[in-house]
Amino acid sequence: MKKGIIVLIIFLGALAAFPLVYQDPFPRHMLIMIMLYAAMGIGWNIIGGYTGQVSFGNAAFFGVGAYATAILLVNYGISPWLGMIVGCFFSVALAIIVGYPCFRLQGHYFAIATIAVGEIMLLVFTNWEYAGAAVGIYMPILPESFINFEFHTSKLPYYYIILVIFVAALGVSHLVERSRLGYYCRAIKEDTDGARSLGINIQRYKMIAFSISAVITSICGTFYAQYVLYIHPTSTMDLMMSIQLCIICLIGGLGKLYGPVIGAFVFIPMTELTRVYLGSEGQGVDLMIYSMLIIILAIWRPQGLWAIFTRGTAK
Amino acid sequence: MTKDMLIIDNITKRFGGLMANQNVSFSIAEGEIIGLIGPNGAGKSTLFNCISCYYNADGGRILFHGADISKKTPEAICRMGIGRTFQIVRIFKEMTVRENIMIGAFLKHVKLCDATAKAEETADLFGFTEKLDLPAGSLTISDQKRLEVARVFATEPKVLLLDEMMAGLNIQEVRETTDLILKLRDMGITLVLVEHVMEGIMPIANRVIVLDYGEKIAEGTPDEVVNNDKVIQAYFGKKYHAKRRGRTAPLQ
Amino acid sequence: MEGLFIQTLVSGLLIGFLYALIAVGLTMIFGMMDIVNFAHGDYLMVAMYFSFWCFALFGMDPLYSLPAVTLLLFGLGILTYYLLIKPIINAPMLSQIFVTFGVLIFLRGLATFLWKVDYRMIPQTVLSGNIHLGDVYIGIPQLTAAAGAIICNGLVLWFLKKTRLGMALEAVAEDKEAARLMGINSDRMFALAWGIGIATVGVAGALLTSFYYVFPEVGANFGLIAFVVVALGGFGSVTGAFAAGIIVGLVEVLSGFLIGPQFKFMFVLVLYLGVVFIRPQGLLGKK
Repeated sequence: MKKGIIVLIIFLGALAAFPLVYQDPFPRHMLIMIMLYAAMGIGWNIIGGYTGQVSFGNAAFFGVGAYATAILLVNYGISPWLGMIVGCFFSVALAIIVGYPCFRLQGHYFAIATIAVGEIMLLVFTNWEYAGAAVGIYMPILPESFINFEFHTSKLPYYYIILVIFVAALGVSHLVERSRLGYYCRAIKEDTDGARSLGINIQRYKMIAFSISAVITSICGTFYAQYVLYIHPTSTMDLMMSIQLCIICLIGGLGKLYGPVIGAFVFIPMTELTRVYLGSEGQGVDLMIYSMLIIILAIWRPQGLWAIFTRGTAK
Repeated sequence: MTKDMLIIDNITKRFGGLMANQNVSFSIAEGEIIGLIGPNGAGKSTLFNCISCYYNADGGRILFHGADISKKTPEAICRMGIGRTFQIVRIFKEMTVRENIMIGAFLKHVKLCDATAKAEETADLFGFTEKLDLPAGSLTISDQKRLEVARVFATEPKVLLLDEMMAGLNIQEVRETTDLILKLRDMGITLVLVEHVMEGIMPIANRVIVLDYGEKIAEGTPDEVVNNDKVIQAYFGKKYHAKRRGRTAPLQ
Repeated sequence: MEGLFIQTLVSGLLIGFLYALIAVGLTMIFGMMDIVNFAHGDYLMVAMYFSFWCFALFGMDPLYSLPAVTLLLFGLGILTYYLLIKPIINAPMLSQIFVTFGVLIFLRGLATFLWKVDYRMIPQTVLSGNIHLGDVYIGIPQLTAAAGAIICNGLVLWFLKKTRLGMALEAVAEDKEAARLMGINSDRMFALAWGIGIATVGVAGALLTSFYYVFPEVGANFGLIAFVVVALGGFGSVTGAFAAGIIVGLVEVLSGFLIGPQFKFMFVLVLYLGVVFIRPQGLLGKK
């Protein structure tokens, strides 16, 4: 356990020091994307990994976070930081509205229902004139400042903001894992009836887990909107994004604290690199590679890469 | 008799056209060990699931300390102090023994360290001290059944409903189980045992309730029940019963 | 106005039959082994590309290449079973979801890589043309597709209920152990179910190619509609899928007609969520 903490401190220290040592924008951008997806993966892991409820609709929370921020900033000039809070509020509301009926469904039924919810959200935003419809929303270019959440000369501030979000998400996930909530979620995942017999209110704990997942994902949405400064429905709510979150967790290890982190560090560079090296000729190859990875992992190693990392060392 | 803590009042449960339970009534006093027996398909498990609210009865009431609980949810029942186990064990196989018991302990102990302490204390009582870190799925069936009891014991129940604790156990294990049940009774827990086999619970039950085709056909002390005509008929069939009658008749 | 309304109803009915055909394989596979094939719509895409290429390379009309495409998809279904499904048949549900989802992504990736994201369509087929019935126009390809769907669904139903092999299949679905004791090899039955389940999609794909675009993501919407149809009709219910297919077809065109075409798909999804929340087992499903 001690060894684990040392490794974690070294890892986070290296992440913090990296942009100071290497000034190249590309690796910085890559690490920002990795940390963004790692944070979202951590969010997905809480509902999908710990609680075992496969959600193919988590991108909806990302979109809600991004859109809440963008709409408030463009129409009312409200700081993205407040937009972030409002986004979280709406995401939790959505999680509860969706979760209340959906969590009565089990397994496959739940997964399909979340696809349907995600697609409905996508269609709503694609046709909603107020939210820019299919074209999306361009953020106004504001003077560089922390309050405005916009930085134009360097990506460094974005880097540290996402680092903080990422570490916070990891902290939340750790707290969940080491609390009654986390134990209950795992019990629900393993045996619903068994869990009920021990006094666990299934609906309630699924809902709490889903809400935490929604908040983390929504904050990432806000960050994305401010980082890219342009959002549209398919860049923020696509089913593919929800799928990518599952893949990240599956690669790293479902229901393991560091699973999504490992998953993001493997998956994001892989997709970025295939895109860079294969270009438009190789479109689809990245999909083929990671789909094969999913299938292989799901059949032969459902515990993910985390199990390989920890094999041999103490449990 | 002391005050009745759990009263089953006219419980009826149907599945489509099938009457699984029909107007079953009995009551349980604090500190008793009640045996609920009957041949296969007699409706024991259905009744059990009605009491623990996994099914909602179609008619009748279940009173616990005077309050009707028949429309509540399983988790609410557990929180009120009625714990249950399952015929086919439902332990969390991927978790360790300690974690399994902790899930139960969390009901009354919100903090992780308290729940851990409670779980380890419970494990001592049930003889799991050496096996705390083993995955529950690796235990033997009899250990798994015992773990299920330990797990629900950690929720600190007043009543325990144990479903077929002795099925598939060897003689030695049956003995251990009876000892365990007596120990639980001595700790002030009221027990309801569903069994298909009579032998195991006859020596320890205060009273036995016999179901057949969904109806209560007999109730009384173990001795009364084994000599009851209806019970013999239910278990061994009319033919055997007639033969037995025929054989015993001349002696009278 | 009235004519337009009837026109809408007719086209909804026609597409509904096709939806039923797409869904029947999905519901059959689910009914047999409790596995949801998330890639179902993407097998449809594969079938459509096969018939498209039969036309583009050999000038073969989709109607004539239908038997070949069906056979190919049958083989693909069996291959999928032995290669991917058999290892996870008793695995946790999460693994099952991820494997069929992996197939979905793989097929889309493969199609994108091989054929790019272009929309392709066969300009002229032997079926091109319309029938006039008063004010109502009916496309011959659509009519043929609906007729083909009815025939094919009928065949599947006949096969399951009336033939020895079909009954063996149902026996395995009912109770694997009991079927094994009666000498039925459940493994072969599962493979057969996958073969037939995917072959029906092959028929649907071949029929669809006569009047619909082919592109790598074409399976996404059809796949989702198939889920809706199956969930609506009840998982595992072939007759339920048939009824639900028609309902979905009608809801789609009517909401498109009354509210706006961009919302038609949304209404199908809302209908689906509504039904599943009220009746999780679907309209004709067993609890």
